[in-house]
Amino acid sequence: MLNIHLILFLAFGAVAVAGAINLLAQTHPINSALSLIAVMAALAGEYLLLGAEFVAAVQVIVYAGAIMVLFVFTIMLLNAGVEERTKGSRVAVLFGIPGMLLGSLLVAWVLLRHSGTEAVAAGALPGSPATIGPLLFHEFLLPFEITSVLILIAIMGAVVLASKPPSSPVPPRKGD
Amino acid sequence: MVPLSYYLVLSGILFACGVTGFLIKRNIITIFMSIELMLNGVNLSFVAFAAHWHAIGGELRGIVPLSGQVFVFFVMVVAAAEAAVGLAIIIAVYRTRETLNVDQVNLLKL
Repeated sequence: MLNIHLILFLAFGAVAVAGAINLLAQTHPINSALSLIAVMAALAGEYLLLGAEFVAAVQVIVYAGAIMVLFVFTIMLLNAGVEERTKGSRVAVLFGIPGMLLGSLLVAWVLLRHSGTEAVAAGALPGSPATIGPLLFHEFLLPFEITSVLILIAIMGAVVLASKPPSSPVPPRKGD
Repeated sequence: MVPLSYYLVLSGILFACGVTGFLIKRNIITIFMSIELMLNGVNLSFVAFAAHWHAIGGELRGIVPLSGQVFVFFVMVVAAAEAAVGLAIIIAVYRTRETLNVDQVNLLKL
């Protein structure tokens, strides 16, 4: 039987993994940022497959939209060029790639070996905003309000950090 | 029907790619993007576990139903705050150091 859920899962998963590997392979930060956007869009597809519509929409709007625009803006503001390779990074490659392969193989082996017959149906979650909204404003009201304070503090911190320092040395005038 | 473990394997692969990027990249912005990739991998396992929990009727055991999706929402909010502050720090570092290479940013003071 043609399992459309599995096919869609594999397609989105392939896009996500390809984007993640491309993020590692590219040397220019703007290419890495664009492949990260591809990863986030593919993950939004996975959320939609599970039925988490609200999460998928927030993923596209907040992650792929707002946060990645901030990244791309910073890359362009700082005029970031191609990454320089240094001696330290070669050592990191030597340990990082075998570590990644080992870790993912171990995780995959454990999960595939010890998972029973639990399967997740397509659209298993009731994830519409109508079901998430009451949760946010009843059970999780205090964390929700605290995050608004967190966002406010983060905005003020970002403004303070990114603004020019007030005690910047003023060049002496010619008359002095 | 897709087994729950497939979702967890995909989430683990994304997290491992994030860790690798964190280790091998020298550009501070790319390192920051690797952290975002790790957060995305964790979010996927949150949603997959929420779907699984909902499918097996876990809300009968005293857990708030569907709370996995709410946790994903909070992770995204914290990631947004983190991105704003982190990128401002990167701008401040670049203003004083004139470089984005983490090997040359080795002093805590400006």
